[in-house]
Amino acid sequence: MPKTKMLEALDRLSSRKAVKYGVYLTAVILFFALILLPPILGIIIKWNTMQQVLNQPALMSRALSAVENSFTIALFVSALDVATGVPMAWLITRGKSKWLNVLDTVSDIPFIVPTAALGYSLLLFWSEPGGVSSLFGNSLVSQGWLLVVLLHFTFSYPVVVRVIVGALLDYKKEYENASRTLGAPPFTASRTVTFPIIKPSLIAAFILAFSRSISETGATFIVAGAFENGPVFIQNMKKDYVGSTYEGSIVFASFILIAVALAIFLTIRALGPKLKLPVRKIWPTFERKLSYSKAASSRDSITLLIFFAIVLIPSLFVALPALQAIFTDTLPKSLSGAGVWGEYWQSLLLSYFLGAVVTILNVIIGLPMAIIVARRKLGVLPSAVLDVLVNVPLVVPSIALGVSLAIFWKANFAFMPEMVVLIFAHLAITYPYFVRSMSAAVERISPDLEEAARTLGAKPLGVFRTIVLPLTKYSILSGAIMVFTRSVSETGATVAVVTSLRTAPVVIVEWVMKKVAATPLEIGLGCGFLIVFSFIILLALRLIVKGKGRY
Amino acid sequence: MPDVRVVNVSKKFGKIVALDNVSLHIHEKEYFSLLGPSGCGKTTLLRLIAGLIQPDKGEIYIGERFVNNVPPEDRDIGFVFQTFALFPHMNVWDNVIYGPRVKGFDMKKAGIIGHEVLEMVKLHERSDAFPNELSGGMMQRTAVARALAAGAKLLLLDEPLGQLDAKVRKELRYDIRRMVKDLELTAIHVTHDQAEAMSISDRIAVIKKGKVQQVGTPEELYMNPQSVFVANFIGESNFLEGYVSIMTGKETSIELRGGTKVHATNGDLKRGERVVLAIRPETFTIEKGARRGENAISGSVERVVFEGTNIRYEVRLENQDSILIAKPSLMGEWFNIGEKVTVSFQREKAHVFPYPETGLKEEIAVE
Repeated sequence: MPKTKMLEALDRLSSRKAVKYGVYLTAVILFFALILLPPILGIIIKWNTMQQVLNQPALMSRALSAVENSFTIALFVSALDVATGVPMAWLITRGKSKWLNVLDTVSDIPFIVPTAALGYSLLLFWSEPGGVSSLFGNSLVSQGWLLVVLLHFTFSYPVVVRVIVGALLDYKKEYENASRTLGAPPFTASRTVTFPIIKPSLIAAFILAFSRSISETGATFIVAGAFENGPVFIQNMKKDYVGSTYEGSIVFASFILIAVALAIFLTIRALGPKLKLPVRKIWPTFERKLSYSKAASSRDSITLLIFFAIVLIPSLFVALPALQAIFTDTLPKSLSGAGVWGEYWQSLLLSYFLGAVVTILNVIIGLPMAIIVARRKLGVLPSAVLDVLVNVPLVVPSIALGVSLAIFWKANFAFMPEMVVLIFAHLAITYPYFVRSMSAAVERISPDLEEAARTLGAKPLGVFRTIVLPLTKYSILSGAIMVFTRSVSETGATVAVVTSLRTAPVVIVEWVMKKVAATPLEIGLGCGFLIVFSFIILLALRLIVKGKGRY
Repeated sequence: MPDVRVVNVSKKFGKIVALDNVSLHIHEKEYFSLLGPSGCGKTTLLRLIAGLIQPDKGEIYIGERFVNNVPPEDRDIGFVFQTFALFPHMNVWDNVIYGPRVKGFDMKKAGIIGHEVLEMVKLHERSDAFPNELSGGMMQRTAVARALAAGAKLLLLDEPLGQLDAKVRKELRYDIRRMVKDLELTAIHVTHDQAEAMSISDRIAVIKKGKVQQVGTPEELYMNPQSVFVANFIGESNFLEGYVSIMTGKETSIELRGGTKVHATNGDLKRGERVVLAIRPETFTIEKGARRGENAISGSVERVVFEGTNIRYEVRLENQDSILIAKPSLMGEWFNIGEKVTVSFQREKAHVFPYPETGLKEEIAVE
């Protein structure tokens, strides 16, 4: 059948209610079957193993304090991110220098460095000989909680800046102008008008930073040393314990991580809108001083200093050994695949293959869900409930999700290849990113456009093909970029699921943790390849986005 | 209350010239309108006066004060935005007392001002309402109240009625003028609606493509437009093209297309010069049959539109030019389509302009 005939037939089919709802229901069933239920059921299956931990007070308190560390760090880092990300976003969107465009682009760099490489980069910068420690004679920040805080700040900062920049660009500046003409200096105008209005975005930025922090595993493992947070504890358990104690402890830690994360997420969601920023109290003289001259320029300087000294330079520090490696025999050795490199290249291929498969799956099963959520296709209440549920995997620590998901699939479907379980794990973690960005994009399209197309004779699928799809192309691609990046970076869920397979970040973690004998130059080069290839793929995707995003 | 002087001000956005060497003097306590089609630069001028943007060239004075480098919060202005820009997270009351609060007044003093201005705009009962709970008219009144509460001596209004229904718009424009006059403020009102500008302004500046075309009272602009553009933009005009055939003293004879000769009073033209005559639809007389006389041209009625107050005729003249004539519908006789008629006008009612270099259509285009 010719292509157009086939499309016409499909269009006609789509106007049947049964077909339309069939598609939506399939999307919902797949969401429950592949994404939401396995992680929950996994824990329930092994509920009894937790008894092992409850019988060992020492192990239990170690698990609890690790989990507590996870949340303390996540809350602290997210608050710090918002506090430092706000002036940076302000500078990018409101500053007048022509260099701000460059700054805008550069602020994304730590986002594209896979976190395992980022962790090694920070370790080199802060702790190892050759980093800033060489300036201070001793390792400035040794492995431990402070380095974990620095690491989490570094990788979540760009996310927060991106969200707030987006919010400030969308925000109607007329409100701020109104405030200025009523007598408010810039600081007062932003404090009493701009930020209260973009508060939902500040909360969203906080939640994103928070969820990134509690999920991150690979890089944290690299810089943690003897310090343990939830994911590191689970990793250590895998290393140190065997049999049922091991299983009990990781199930216990995972359960607490999931439960507390969900509780915090729901609390923020419920209380966030009620949180009032103080707008009535005003200190005119003091705020005027903060608005102009020294105060404003020192705020900008501190913002730039934090960005360059704590975020950007440490993130890219791994480039030094990588460049060094290029001028030694490490490069030819790596290209020949000798020694540790055979496994490295395999893992790199696996990472990108996994990223690609997961991205495609997301588009297929995430798109109908995004439409259900955005257009309330299954009724107001069910759609609103789905909207909340879709976010659940986002806030659940990925290692806990991986642990539980692996238990579920291996217990019930033992025949399933490890590769498939790995794909399911990555799918569960990335799904919320895709659905959220797509549903936001669909919401931005006025329903009038779709109705206009229907009145002109288009069938539901035709409307989707000719109106929704062209108008959301940009968002599909940017959603795909997010999914791909997240999948390639993901370590926690991967280590929780795999026994024999290795992805690139897992290999890097093993190299750094001396599980496999790799030289520092080799590790540097391994990180370098990972960054460069990821960068090239993202750049290619971005170019496509740029070419297609003219709406 | 301050006067405002804009001296040789220019402003570009990229390559687009928004304002080109504009000078204006707005007097104390004057209700002044900036009138022009969309994109003519009128809002840019208002934002320059407010300090929301900076001029590339030129000087702006509010009262005696040179304000080019003064931030908006220190210019003692009140600005009413087209979109109202009411703070969505504050109720009417908090919106209104925002100005006094950021200026450091204590709650008591801010409260007194708040009550006063809400009384003035008759919104006391809705002071707890949030902007999204108000009608368009109420939002607009809140926006005016908020600007007044800030102690503005100069009120800047950017298309303040643009988002309202026609009926509400008419009511509110007189309310705003009344308040401005009661409080003896100076007001600058931006609008593209000439009827609105004519009905509320003491004086109007007509702006086109970043340049001031004419400044004057509504009557001056209507009775004595100084360009084809103003003749067309303020009220309505018929344009008849021709050549100056005779120039004797104060009398000018013009030969229209097709050889019809008419008389006008303007001087300052040369014999043989190509010109445009602008004549308002309501200044024509129209009568049945063919009649000869000064400035009488015969033609036939092509279209009749009954508009209530007026009845409008589209008449095809003998030289094939088409003109519009408006007559009060309750006075005089009516004419039918196809009827032969004679139209005539008094020579002093015809304004003669040199034919625009860019062409007539281009000159009167509003977009």
